[in-house]
Amino acid sequence: MDEQMEAVLRAEQVSVSYSGSTAVKNVYLNIPRNRVVAFIGPSGCGKSTILRCFNRMNDLVAGAKMDGRITFNDVDIYDSSVDPVDLRRQVVMVFQKPNPFPKSIYENIAFGARINGYQGDMDELVERSLQQAAIWDEVKDKLKDSGLALSGGQQQRLCIARAIAIQPEVILMDEPCSALDPISTLRVEELIKKLIENYTIVIVTHNMQQASRVSDYTAFFNAKATETGGKMGYLVEYDRTENIFHNPQQQATQEYVSGRFG
Amino acid sequence: MANLASDPSRSPLGGGSKGRFKSELSKRYRIDSLFSAAAWTAVTLLVLVLALLIGDVLVDGAARLSWDFLTSFPSRKAEEAGLLSALVGTIWVMVIVAVVSFPLGVGAGIYLEEFAEDSWFARAIEININNLAGVPSIIYGLLGLQVFVRWMEPITGGRSILSGALTLALLILPVVIVATRESLRAVPDSLRQAGFALGATRWQVVCNQVLPLALPGILTGTILALSRAIGETAPLITIGALTFISFLPEDLQSPFTVLPIQVFNWISRPQEAFHTNSAAGIIVLLGVLLLMNSSAVLLRNYLQKRH
Ligand SMILES: Nc1ncnc2c1ncn2[C@@H]1O[C@H](COP(=O)(O)OP(=O)(O)OP(=O)(O)O)[C@@H](O)[C@H]1O
Ligand SMILES: [Mg+2]
Repeated sequence: MDEQMEAVLRAEQVSVSYSGSTAVKNVYLNIPRNRVVAFIGPSGCGKSTILRCFNRMNDLVAGAKMDGRITFNDVDIYDSSVDPVDLRRQVVMVFQKPNPFPKSIYENIAFGARINGYQGDMDELVERSLQQAAIWDEVKDKLKDSGLALSGGQQQRLCIARAIAIQPEVILMDEPCSALDPISTLRVEELIKKLIENYTIVIVTHNMQQASRVSDYTAFFNAKATETGGKMGYLVEYDRTENIFHNPQQQATQEYVSGRFG
Repeated sequence: MANLASDPSRSPLGGGSKGRFKSELSKRYRIDSLFSAAAWTAVTLLVLVLALLIGDVLVDGAARLSWDFLTSFPSRKAEEAGLLSALVGTIWVMVIVAVVSFPLGVGAGIYLEEFAEDSWFARAIEININNLAGVPSIIYGLLGLQVFVRWMEPITGGRSILSGALTLALLILPVVIVATRESLRAVPDSLRQAGFALGATRWQVVCNQVLPLALPGILTGTILALSRAIGETAPLITIGALTFISFLPEDLQSPFTVLPIQVFNWISRPQEAFHTNSAAGIIVLLGVLLLMNSSAVLLRNYLQKRH
């Protein structure tokens, strides 16, 4: 990296294996505060896997094992003194497929706040979160309606609103726009740019334009074949987004971002 | 695209058989109708048999049904005999069975499905529970006789309502557990992930997000299990439910009888009039069963509408 910056999340020599077979190996990565970092790379190279390590969602996957070290604000998150539930409150995740709870829009927002012991005014929090997620105008008259009655793009913004309602530090997004139409995608991207004032965002995307539009830094992952016939992911290059897209150091990166891959 | 229309006799769309595809639509439709005919026959046969059974019972017993029949104790004279004690006994037993088996079965199901690590121990328990659901009810009777009637006599009072109900609760427990697990498994995992990713604990996820969705299925499964328990006779006879009771139970340790035992008792008498009583008893039993099952449907519809 070309500048010294304050890292919120830091991955050092991180390798992850599922049931003994290595999925990604030896990843070093710093996520700077109040910036957007994009993960790009071909399918199966371990982008989601690394993302899930940052809030220990991989703990819930049977057979998943992580080696190496990940720190959040300089605290080792895999240390026995760290409670994953506490970590996930501060490093939240938005998924590829919108997954609102089958409850009212209001309840979707209130749930996270309530379970985390929010003491303030719930109505106000719901409104503020929905406004931040740029969906308030569309739903303000139907807060009692089911979250499932919204369109896919609205659902995804509801999921983002739900995530920011618990006032996290980092938002992890795993292909948040892959189920959305171009207009909804643009709205989510605008949202990401706005959120960056208060949050740090890591976003996995298969959309090169999206990565170059929204992110400050881009990590390119690739996978290589192993002797046993499997595939193993690794981090090829991590740099400022404009460097990755216009002046990459690695040939694989150059080929991938210009669409001449494989 | 010229060959699209090369064999217009087969399909107006021109697809039909070209290249390596042989669509053979008429043959596929023949198989379709064959299977729908087979399924239709099966359903008709079942409905016929059921109608025959119910019709037979109604012809035999409907005339005997009356308020007196429901509110009289058994008697040596068939015309004066009623099934009050059996009906009340059945209600007592079913309430206790529900109170015992619902929390235990649902709790065990939740633990196995949501909390237990995937270990050989959990798998062994799972296999055993599935097998227990198939054990003949008389075996549960023998178990109940030894455990509830003999060993736990100071608590259960021997051959009592409590012993009978606990035996039946044990009998349906595996069914309740399996139904609970099936319903929990039907809840999409993405909801659990969503909950965890917001910093919810496992119990918060299960209690707030998973259970409400699984509840209709759990309730339906439990009530179906209860309808199995209500007709059970063998295990209760094994633990020594009486066949002639001319008083109402006073507490959980009272001796008792239930509808199917009363029916069984009447049918084994030589006099014709008692057989009529037994047919009327079956109608009452069917009525209770119908009531339970329809309340299950109503409850499920109500709970599903809330989402
Ligand atoms: N739950 C799991 N159990 C076993 N193996 C897994 C699991 N999740 C991922 N893997 C394996 O780990 C490797 C990396 O998967 P991952 O989902 O991280 O890829 P990805 O880069 O996110 O791909 P995509 O772009 O398709 O989402 C793959 O080879 C995959 O088969
Ligand atoms: Mg992925």
